[in-house]
Amino acid sequence: MRQDDLYINKIDWITIGIYASLVIIGWFNIYAAVYDEQAAKSIFDFSINSGKQLVWIGTALLLITVIMVADYRLFENLSIILYGVFVIFLLITPFFGKEINGQRAWFEIGAFRLQPAEFAKFATALALAKFMERPSFDLSQVKYQLQALAIIMIPVSLIMLQPDTGTAMVYSAFFVMLYREGMPQRYYVLGLTFITISLLALGIENNLYLVIGVAVVLGVLNFMGKKSLRRSLSLLAIGAVVIGYSYSLDFVVSKLPTHQQNRIMVLFNPDLDPLGVGWNVTQSKIAIGSGGFWGKGYLEGTQTKFDFVPEQHTDFIFCTLGEEFGWVGSIVVVFLFCSLLIRLIILAERQKNRFSRVYGYCVISLLLFHFLINIAMTIGLFPVVGIPLPFFSYGGSSLWSFTILLFIFIKLDSHRIQFLGRMN
Amino acid sequence: MNDQRPLTIIVVVVLVGLVLLTKLFLIQVADDSFLKRAERNAIQRVVDHPYRGLVYDRTGKIMVYNNPIFDLMIIPKEFQVRDTARFCEIFRVSKEHLIETYTAARKYSSVKPSTLIKQISTTDFARIQDYLIDYPGLFVMSRSVRSYPQASSANTLGYIGEISGNQLGRDTVKYYRQGDYVGLSGMEGFYEKELRGVKGVKYKMVNVRGVDKGPFKNGEYDTASVAGKNVTSSIDLLLQQYGEMLMAGKRGSVVAIEPKTGEILSMISAPSYDPNVLTGAQFSTNYMLLNKDDTRPLFNRPIMAMYPPGSIFKIVQSLVGLQSGILNVNTTFACNRSLVACHNHPSPVDLFGAIRNSCNPYYHQAFRAIINREVSSNTFKDTEIGLNEWRESVMKFGLGSPLGLDMFNEKGGSIPSSKLYDRVYGAGRWKYSTIYSLSIGQGEMLVTPLQMANLAAVFANKGYYYTPHLIKAIDGNTDNIPEEFRTKHEVGVDAHHFDMVQDAMAQAIYGTAARAVIKDIEIAGKTGTAQNPQGEDHSVFIAFAPKSDPKIAIAVYVENAGWGGRAAASIASLMIEKYLRGEVTRLELEEYVRVGKFM
Repeated sequence: MRQDDLYINKIDWITIGIYASLVIIGWFNIYAAVYDEQAAKSIFDFSINSGKQLVWIGTALLLITVIMVADYRLFENLSIILYGVFVIFLLITPFFGKEINGQRAWFEIGAFRLQPAEFAKFATALALAKFMERPSFDLSQVKYQLQALAIIMIPVSLIMLQPDTGTAMVYSAFFVMLYREGMPQRYYVLGLTFITISLLALGIENNLYLVIGVAVVLGVLNFMGKKSLRRSLSLLAIGAVVIGYSYSLDFVVSKLPTHQQNRIMVLFNPDLDPLGVGWNVTQSKIAIGSGGFWGKGYLEGTQTKFDFVPEQHTDFIFCTLGEEFGWVGSIVVVFLFCSLLIRLIILAERQKNRFSRVYGYCVISLLLFHFLINIAMTIGLFPVVGIPLPFFSYGGSSLWSFTILLFIFIKLDSHRIQFLGRMN
Repeated sequence: MNDQRPLTIIVVVVLVGLVLLTKLFLIQVADDSFLKRAERNAIQRVVDHPYRGLVYDRTGKIMVYNNPIFDLMIIPKEFQVRDTARFCEIFRVSKEHLIETYTAARKYSSVKPSTLIKQISTTDFARIQDYLIDYPGLFVMSRSVRSYPQASSANTLGYIGEISGNQLGRDTVKYYRQGDYVGLSGMEGFYEKELRGVKGVKYKMVNVRGVDKGPFKNGEYDTASVAGKNVTSSIDLLLQQYGEMLMAGKRGSVVAIEPKTGEILSMISAPSYDPNVLTGAQFSTNYMLLNKDDTRPLFNRPIMAMYPPGSIFKIVQSLVGLQSGILNVNTTFACNRSLVACHNHPSPVDLFGAIRNSCNPYYHQAFRAIINREVSSNTFKDTEIGLNEWRESVMKFGLGSPLGLDMFNEKGGSIPSSKLYDRVYGAGRWKYSTIYSLSIGQGEMLVTPLQMANLAAVFANKGYYYTPHLIKAIDGNTDNIPEEFRTKHEVGVDAHHFDMVQDAMAQAIYGTAARAVIKDIEIAGKTGTAQNPQGEDHSVFIAFAPKSDPKIAIAVYVENAGWGGRAAASIASLMIEKYLRGEVTRLELEEYVRVGKFM
């Protein structure tokens, strides 16, 4: 009994408060997205998505209860088993899954549909935490780097088979956690350079300008540093690689599936084809942009509920918020997400054992990635990727998986003193 | 462990938040184009077209009304039919037509309405109305087309049609939209503002498929349409129809005016057309046909055809001469046929005799006296001064410029000034012998039939006229008509000079237009012959009656019918009898006119 008192008091109610706010705001927005004045159904009506979401929220509360009353050691002990189970799930999904929109990403059990890829996230997070907990694990060594990468790449490659590029991309978020855990900085510098060059190569119509730009930058570098033939030659080699890469990128893009090519093209040229491939982004921006400073008022939006924005209750849920609550509403939600993330960083840093901290950073990584990419795509800063806004978007798999992900960490955090005791 | 790294991650989180909020600020607050695009997306402005005003004749008979027609609309997604054969029987369509239009509608949109059957008549509509409930996805949309129950007065009433690009450009208040119907000619055109009413607007919301989602903000911004005003025309429908019957098969004009008010009782342009052909769906086809017709039925002769006035102008010459004092009732001239041709009559004649006998040499000499008054020793200069002063007097009779009736495209005719002759012959190189044909209404002088009818009204009124007009009342109120139609115009000739002229006109018809005589109605009239270089001369007659208290002044032009005493005088006389008595007793004259063999 003393133990229980101890951990109830250690639960981080700030995080739970932000979580509850996001879920409730999300629920109201789901109602607004499907609201039809002529039908005038209640928010609790189970025939519409807001009613269904209420069921998901209710069951999420059950999940929270289960997580909170379970033994905190359970998650660490089960981590490898859970990881194995979900890898198997992912393995069989392409064969037994239900095909929706050309993807086999869903399992159908009676009336419920579950997306194993969503749940594989927390299993992967647990597995990473478990592996990295070993005292010998050192990310500055290539051997351990490859181990971590392997744990991530197994589910990624299986998800690519479904194929669900969006969800697979989410796993790249773990690099944020790896950064915290000591992955050498040069990889990130290299990665960011790579991304910048890719964006420039895709964004600049004429590659000739890129060539001139690279030549100028490298030329300046050559004359600034100490003069040596070796240095000049390596700069020349870098230039050749960059230019070669730029030219080959166009070729790589041309080999992508057409819908992905289109999404990339629309990002750089939003008005390319507003009624065709640019429809989603154009309509999404119209909906959010028409909200103005204060928004049109709750249930007064026209763009989302009249179906101008596709997927307005799932991946494009942010449109409803932007339209009806304007920039003020956007500030509130962005602020809530940023606060949640910063709070979680503070919690992660106060963990006394590596398992909890690694897991905490996994949660931070995934939430940051979803938050950034989802909102960025609705306002045309990122290509359209089918990933939900955590706690906000309609859907059981999404809400459950993020709830489990977050509450395992809250549970671990509340036992941080005991971890300390155990280690001693 | 590197303690900088958690801080770096916090910085990244904050940066992410700032980048998103900045971009959101840019599209939500800094750029209002998205709001406009959203409104274009979801809010549809539906114009509520007002009911166009009706047109009545002066006795209250309806001339133009709105005929409701019904289109049967279909929403393919909701449409269900079990027994196609029965459906075709009820709605009187062929199965092929049904399948064809249904397929086309489906192709256009499965949720937006398309027309299945166009222009169902009121009777057919009554029949099918009860069956509509059995067929979901069908509904009836009503609209109206202009309808002219008497098929009369086509050019006077005019027509409505789709607004042109030019008109849209001139519409600075932006009332009209592409596709709107506007009055294009006749009264429909001139009284467009009164007849059209005021459009209403409804804002409704639509979803991405164009399906109606109810009124925007519960109709807060909606406005109701206001029906157009009804217009009462001065036309006497029975007289108009009678005139149209008389003019059938001929070319020409009849204009009858009530002298005391300037109200146009009748305005006939022959040949004409059935105004109903320029309504509804067949407008363009029929308009093209009428436009290509050699007899030019769309040419509104009473106000657009211009002819030399001929002998009728001699009355104006007499009055100008009398007022200036150059002529008096006793002024005599010999009928000197070496000056200009004439017909057999006693000579010399005084002014009365000159009007009665329409003596050409008399006016040749009288006009010289009016023009050359020796105010200048230079005969060229003297002629120029005389002509310009004369022209000023003549134009007061409503000649030489448009009268300004309530119709578009009225022609003004022409009364030549010295400038015209200067242009043709050179300044100082023309004198009276150059312009003498003006004396008898020939030469460089043109008038419209409307101006001639107005002239008859001036003679009847002894020196004044009201601008002829087609409007009698707007919304039943005679005070609503434009001010200019209630303003008296004096022609600058004293009333007593008209006494002798009226007497001579009354006498003249016994000589030159015996057919015009009506028992017990004293008519004053004057024949004319408008010379036509292209062929047979045009027959012209003006008259007013009864002489003692004129109720009607009339001008009749019958093209290529020769001397005015025959065709034109007969028609004028029948019109006068019809108007004053309500019926015509001289059936043999009516028959003579109808057969129309005047040559």
